[in-house]
Amino acid sequence: MTTGAEVLGPSRELGVRRGAGPRTKRVALYVFLTVTALLWLVPILYALYTALRPISDTNQHGYFSLAHQLSLTNFETAWSGGDLPHFFLNTIIITVPAMFVALLFASFVAFAVTRYSWRFNISLLILFTAGNLLPQQVLIAPLFHIYNSIPLPYFLSSSGRLYDSYWGVIIINAIFQMGFCTFILSNYMKTIPNDLTEAALVDGASVWKQYWMIILPLCRPALAALATLEFTWIYNDFFWALFLMSSGDKRPITSALQNLQGSMFTNNNLIAAASLLVAVPTLVVFFVLQRQFVGGLTLGASKN
Amino acid sequence: MTVTTAAESATAERTPPRRKLRRFSGRDVLVLVLMVGLPLVLDVLLIWLPVVLSTIFSFTGWNGIGSIFDIEFIGGKNYHNIATLDPYFWPAVEHNLIWIGVFVVLATPFGILLAVMLDRNIKGTRFYQSAFFMPVVLSLALIGFMWQLIYAPDDGFLNNVLGLTKPGEAINWLGNPSINLYAILVAASWRQAGYIMILYLAGLKSFDPALREAAALDGAGEIATFRYVVFPAMKPINIVILVVTLIESLRAFDIAYITNGGRNGLELLSTLITTNIGSEASRIGYGSALAVILLVISLVPICTYLFQTFRREAR
Repeated sequence: MTTGAEVLGPSRELGVRRGAGPRTKRVALYVFLTVTALLWLVPILYALYTALRPISDTNQHGYFSLAHQLSLTNFETAWSGGDLPHFFLNTIIITVPAMFVALLFASFVAFAVTRYSWRFNISLLILFTAGNLLPQQVLIAPLFHIYNSIPLPYFLSSSGRLYDSYWGVIIINAIFQMGFCTFILSNYMKTIPNDLTEAALVDGASVWKQYWMIILPLCRPALAALATLEFTWIYNDFFWALFLMSSGDKRPITSALQNLQGSMFTNNNLIAAASLLVAVPTLVVFFVLQRQFVGGLTLGASKN
Repeated sequence: MTVTTAAESATAERTPPRRKLRRFSGRDVLVLVLMVGLPLVLDVLLIWLPVVLSTIFSFTGWNGIGSIFDIEFIGGKNYHNIATLDPYFWPAVEHNLIWIGVFVVLATPFGILLAVMLDRNIKGTRFYQSAFFMPVVLSLALIGFMWQLIYAPDDGFLNNVLGLTKPGEAINWLGNPSINLYAILVAASWRQAGYIMILYLAGLKSFDPALREAAALDGAGEIATFRYVVFPAMKPINIVILVVTLIESLRAFDIAYITNGGRNGLELLSTLITTNIGSEASRIGYGSALAVILLVISLVPICTYLFQTFRREAR
């Protein structure tokens, strides 16, 4: 699993280049890339700039002007006024368990289909992978009614049902993402030599032991990459919580944006500050775990 | 989420370790049944059962109220009404096609172009890659929220850059139904291009440099080398990238929904479904028929992807 490093590190091989004016071409390439990259950063940098300007400053000078004053006031106002800590907590309650369940179930299935051969192996993988590719909206009407018809005790869900509960949103996120993880993990597990589990079998190791003590530890790089990706995707999910929860105050931050815009964030400065605060967790994951993230996206590329 | 193992199909070499089921203790069998059974049951219950139910509901006039056993079947009437009476259906189809067009013709090729450029021993490649890739970690809902700053009519960045700030000449980028689709497509492409760039770059890194050098020694220019050597050799990845682009386009929802609920120029097949089954309307039968239409269209790229991915293993 070295794709992340390979993708992000400098290219190793020196290509053979010919043609007229290679130097001019080279300069043009750098100019194009630099201009495009700066253009790419404009939305984020402009948000940062707007967020740092107090409302009095933009009221007086307009948004498209040089700042006379910079402060963190907007971040404080957005943080407490929008009750962001509350929504971030909801996000943690949903994202972390969903991520673990998705990885755990995916590793179960991947282990079973790669270590033991039976007739429906491929059908099972196709079923799982395909489920993950469907548009979410195709499922929502029946899912809404299924969720409404499953009762939960009140100490588990204040709605008394799976609908409008954290459990419901956790499980649908987990199961929806599980398909992709199963696909990736099964590809990864195929590269683990069979001799390992066979030797364990000779020693009398049980199926569970082969999974837990031998295969799973060897999958650590793939699991780390997938965890990074899944955290981001489940954090970014907008749809499930929006349509499977009726109480706005239970929703995670991404889905809560729908209600917050308009009601809480009424000026550009606050919208900018809130945008950046919501972006922080995934941006941190991106910058700190960039290799795992990119490695996860391109997992499988370095298998040969 | 999306499928992202593009590079995988180009380079994978498989030696599937297959063994016969044998000599399991009773406990082993139970463990295996649970390991496969629990995820399978949940997958069927929460993903595939709703797909089947959507299909069944689509032939009914159910409004979501009353017992599920009193549902009245009305044949293909919902589909007929969608095609002939619904004022939003054909615009939504058109918008989805425009979405696909912009992604396939502009965003995805631009991502490929960036990947090809960055694959050429660029100094500071890490900076460029990070800049292009950063939007990919943001949700499209957040991107829609954030890009209000760019598109706001009076105080927005874009109108100010264009000098359109006087009353009457400011462009309402998100409110004008003839341009708002393109406005959100620019924001969505901002993310899509970076995504495709990283997928394609991974594919290019696994490309055999000897082939490229051979082409260069034969006197092929860089563009010709890409056009006639690299691009054809990357065919499996190209297919996956195309299919991923199509699936992403059909799943488009969040950014349109957060902008205005998917109305007034931003109707998509996905937002029509939620508009019809949402709390105000609750036309489950009708909304399900729309869902089935989206499902059938989506199955084309999904099946292509599955075929491309699994055919080697099916042998």
